[in-house]
Amino acid sequence: MSRHHGPDRSLRHAVRLARVLLSSQYALMLEFRAEIVLWALSGVLPLIMLGLWSGTGVASIPGFTPQRLVHYFLAAFVVRQFTIVWVIHAFEEDALQGRLSPALLQPLNPFWRYLAAHVSEQATRLPFVLAIVALVALVHPAALWWPTPAGLLLALLATHLAFLVRFVIQSALTMLCFWSERAAALERLLLIPYLFLSGLVAPLEAFPEPMRSFALNTPFPWMVWFPAQLLSGGTVPVARGFGVLAAWGLLFLPIAVLLWRAGLRRYSAMGA
Amino acid sequence: MARPAPELLRYLRTLRRFWAASLAAELEYQANFVLELLAVSANLAGSLFTLSLFYGHGHDLGGWSWDAALVVLGLYTLLDGLTTTLLQPNLSTIVTHVRTGTLDFVLLKPIDSQFWLSARTFSPWGLPGLAAGAVLVVVAAVRAGARPDALHLVAAALLLVASALILYSLWFVLAATSIWFVKVWNATEVLRSALVAGRYPVSAYPAGLRLFFTVVLPVAFLTTVPAEAILGRASPLWVVSSLLVAAVALLISRWFWGFALRFYTSASS
Repeated sequence: MSRHHGPDRSLRHAVRLARVLLSSQYALMLEFRAEIVLWALSGVLPLIMLGLWSGTGVASIPGFTPQRLVHYFLAAFVVRQFTIVWVIHAFEEDALQGRLSPALLQPLNPFWRYLAAHVSEQATRLPFVLAIVALVALVHPAALWWPTPAGLLLALLATHLAFLVRFVIQSALTMLCFWSERAAALERLLLIPYLFLSGLVAPLEAFPEPMRSFALNTPFPWMVWFPAQLLSGGTVPVARGFGVLAAWGLLFLPIAVLLWRAGLRRYSAMGA
Repeated sequence: MARPAPELLRYLRTLRRFWAASLAAELEYQANFVLELLAVSANLAGSLFTLSLFYGHGHDLGGWSWDAALVVLGLYTLLDGLTTTLLQPNLSTIVTHVRTGTLDFVLLKPIDSQFWLSARTFSPWGLPGLAAGAVLVVVAAVRAGARPDALHLVAAALLLVASALILYSLWFVLAATSIWFVKVWNATEVLRSALVAGRYPVSAYPAGLRLFFTVVLPVAFLTTVPAEAILGRASPLWVVSSLLVAAVALLISRWFWGFALRFYTSASS
């Protein structure tokens, strides 16, 4: 359709669409703010691990002082909060409850709505994450730091990119819902290496050598460790990080699109 | 009032029927078994790897040897299996019963409603976790050189029951709050993520967190205290306080359910 309107009209259309989607989803998410607070609280793992490492362990991580450790895990907590993806669960429920069929009638891929829901949920989460960080600062004034403007900008970019990559990979997995009832179980399985290799339980610097190289060849550390190091002022290979994230995103995007088309054919073939 | 013995028998017989029926239903999905086995193995491998990061450089966690810490990890795996087998499949349905009003039917049954809600189904998919946890506990305890005498074994068994009861009570109280807050299901996710702290001996945490994990959220009683008993070094004070905490937690869950039910007004009202 937009082809007939020329680039200017279609851009304006996209902007208006995004504004409507985001504002309606944000209003929806505000309704669930108590739930979102609980969700945010369930991301306490980096803070628990901080407690463990701050004992004797910190001396064994090359390049880390106790203070750097606090910064790292606090940054990992924040990064995790803004890279949480739940599209597979939303899609599974929508498909199960029959809400997918009406959504398919609209002239918009339902995944744009899920994306808007995720972004709005992050906006709802923001004040709460700030409150937790403020609380930590109250207990531990030395725990806070000022990231350099460049570091902050790069960390913001890396966090958003990590979120998008996770969203794309999980969307590809979500498409398996068309064929199997076990797609969500696969996602839970994929969450396990993410948990242990992403840097949520320990900065990658604490990994012994063959393991660290192995982890760095998976997408997981680039989704938490990389943005968290950028935010907390550590040294990381910046170009490689963005390159790896972009590569994984670009690898899974066509897979997700192809599976979506194949899945839709199957969905309508079932007579739904 | 029925005499206690036949009453108990009736509950045991009902329990057998419940679990046989849910087992038959669950076995329709055998692919789950492979997935669960993979998940348990991957989780154990990840936990072992994380532990090895602490021990790899000649450090230890709160004065626990590697093998002793593995007993704690084994107990955590065991309790996680229990959660998957019983707590999660049963207690996660309370919120649905409240939302759709089917809690009415549960309350009308000639059986204790807390019992029905807590034991109605049984998911065999937690069994790999239970088995892996039990094996890890035994192997690690033997490697740690534990020679517990009969008294310590009895204490360990009692403490295991106590830790299971504490875990159950925590879950049940949180799940029961769905009488007021239909959206409360996430609260059990918070609980589950905080209980991850129980993978490691509680003495490994700094003083403030240690106090929190003993007094506020009794993680210490879930894994560390039973592990001490298995390793043959339980102190009577900890054993008694663990049993006391379990009894109080169970009573609170019992009282809380009665209290919550007073506010239950069925779905339409």
